[in-house]
Amino acid sequence: MKCVIAGGNVKVLGRAVHSLSRIGDELYLEPTESGLSLRAVNSSRSGFASFLFAPLFFQLYEPGSAGPETELFRCKVHMKSFLGIFRSLPSLEKSVGKCLILLKPRASRLVLQLHCKYGVTKTHNLAFQECERLQAVFDTQSCTSHLCAPARLLAEAVVHFPPTLAEVTLGTGPGGKISLRNYVEDEAEPSKTMVTELWLAEDEFQSVAVAPGSHITFCLKEFRGLLSFAEASNLPLTIHFDEPGRPVIFTLDDTVLEVHLVLATLSDLQSNSQSPSTNGVSHLPAPSDDFADDLESYMVAMETSEGGSERPPSPTFPLRAPQPAQSEPEEEEEEEGAVPGTPPHKKFRSLFFGSVMTPGRPGPATTQEVLAEDSEGES
Amino acid sequence: MPLSAQPPASGERYALSASLDNARHLSSLLRAVHFQDHATCLATASGLRVTVEDAKCIQANAFIQAEIFQEFSVQEESVMFRISLSVLLDCLTIFGTSSLPGTSTALRMCYRGYGYPLMLFLEEGGVVTVCKINTQEPDELLDFDFCSTKVVNKIILQSEGLREAFAELDMTSEVLQITMSPDKPYFRLSTFGNAGSAHLDYPRDSDLMEAFHCSQTQTNRYKISLLKPSTKALALSCKVSIRTDAQGFLSLQYMIRNEDGQICFVEYYCCPDENITEAEL
Repeated sequence: MKCVIAGGNVKVLGRAVHSLSRIGDELYLEPTESGLSLRAVNSSRSGFASFLFAPLFFQLYEPGSAGPETELFRCKVHMKSFLGIFRSLPSLEKSVGKCLILLKPRASRLVLQLHCKYGVTKTHNLAFQECERLQAVFDTQSCTSHLCAPARLLAEAVVHFPPTLAEVTLGTGPGGKISLRNYVEDEAEPSKTMVTELWLAEDEFQSVAVAPGSHITFCLKEFRGLLSFAEASNLPLTIHFDEPGRPVIFTLDDTVLEVHLVLATLSDLQSNSQSPSTNGVSHLPAPSDDFADDLESYMVAMETSEGGSERPPSPTFPLRAPQPAQSEPEEEEEEEGAVPGTPPHKKFRSLFFGSVMTPGRPGPATTQEVLAEDSEGES
Repeated sequence: MPLSAQPPASGERYALSASLDNARHLSSLLRAVHFQDHATCLATASGLRVTVEDAKCIQANAFIQAEIFQEFSVQEESVMFRISLSVLLDCLTIFGTSSLPGTSTALRMCYRGYGYPLMLFLEEGGVVTVCKINTQEPDELLDFDFCSTKVVNKIILQSEGLREAFAELDMTSEVLQITMSPDKPYFRLSTFGNAGSAHLDYPRDSDLMEAFHCSQTQTNRYKISLLKPSTKALALSCKVSIRTDAQGFLSLQYMIRNEDGQICFVEYYCCPDENITEAEL
């Protein structure tokens, strides 16, 4: 494989590597006829990203020759060493004129050569590992909900969440509004918890086609990585999702670039088991027109089941306006003197990866669980 | 000099006395060689030389010539003492390192002689601090015997071109390999780290290259941990001269221009890494 990237596109490649470095410790390089694909998967295999750079992205692109029996040579390298080459994006823009990537399977070296200003040449010979094809199983077509927004809108929304926040919940609200709120762990102490919720109007989005009442919870770190790439490239971001527990797929499309980020979502207790073990949630209102109330009562139900309190949630809750702050003192009271119950299990369903899996097959996210279940909650 | 707490009357005999109206001219140069706690100072009529060494393999010298000082007098032929560089720097920057424009710390420095402390009188905005730093027995310094007549290869580069290279050095590599050659690759810096090797090539016709005098191809390796401290001097400098002699000893001379446009030099000498295969033969 040999390719040459010129001028400003070197920075695009650099930003893609930065974004992928948020996902995993290894970078997969896969030259194909349709372009060079850079991929990464996280250690728990619940997050996957791929950047496909079309041949037109390059000044020169030779994927190498695949025999009738053999496939094109693929490899993976340490993310750290690859990232090191593109670490400083401003200096990349300022000084690099051309970047040459050579994959030499015979010499067991991946060569990256940067031609910089003043005639200076930087040559990096990286060690690599041969690898199988890395492919997440997902299908954007089968998703029931689709959202498309300028990256800037979402980037400005997530900036309000603390950097340490692990997961965020994306949901729908009344009037077609889209909400983003920080996901609160079940065992979190309400008195020490802050809930941040943002509502985005429908007209801020380029297109909204969401199943009413749907909501998903996913990891923010990987999403932030993609957002910074999308924002810098000024590309609209499309979010495809389904019911909780099914993967969410973020896509960016450009004539020379195709980006996919697939993240596992937190499975929903209510939708998984219609009869939760704990009391007080059986009268959960059926999806009505006021979906915010649905979400609210869902949160209440979570709180109740967590505390294991004998007291059923106040029937006034479902009628309340969606202001989480109001419900907090009430929940706090419930928490006090509550008998610790069985902690609800919080699970991310894994994405199933396999070298033999073909892309595009609407593979079911099997029940293989990768993230460990929560250990006993401490109350 | 606006020094109110009267430093010694001029009649008293001091082996070394010097005054400087901006102590930062001194402290910034000392910081460029501050990779070990102790330094050996040598004052002669031509100025002050501060030497720091490590592992008997690297030596850094900061030269502050007499002209930089407003007053500089040495009573003997040479005055030498060892001092804690960290303490000296702390004292010199006692009024803070980032001075506002227009304010500067004035310095008067006196040393009575062997066994006496080095006295510093620092004044800024009418406040005077007097510091006495104990001096120590001077170390015997390494003699690299690096003279310009024995230089095989010499390159002068604009420091800008090396700064990024040194900042990005792969620190998992034990050595930095320097190749200087009259032919391609002319000037090459290489590292061999966990992730693989990296080479940085500078062509001889590059705009960064101020001078290129290479007579023979030389490839030498230097411990990266020993060379890394020189980054401090590189950061301050505008030009750097890279020279090697026949044994592969390396001299890095940094030209540093201070705020008043005066030029000072910091020099690093480094031993080459012994070639094991050669040693075994």
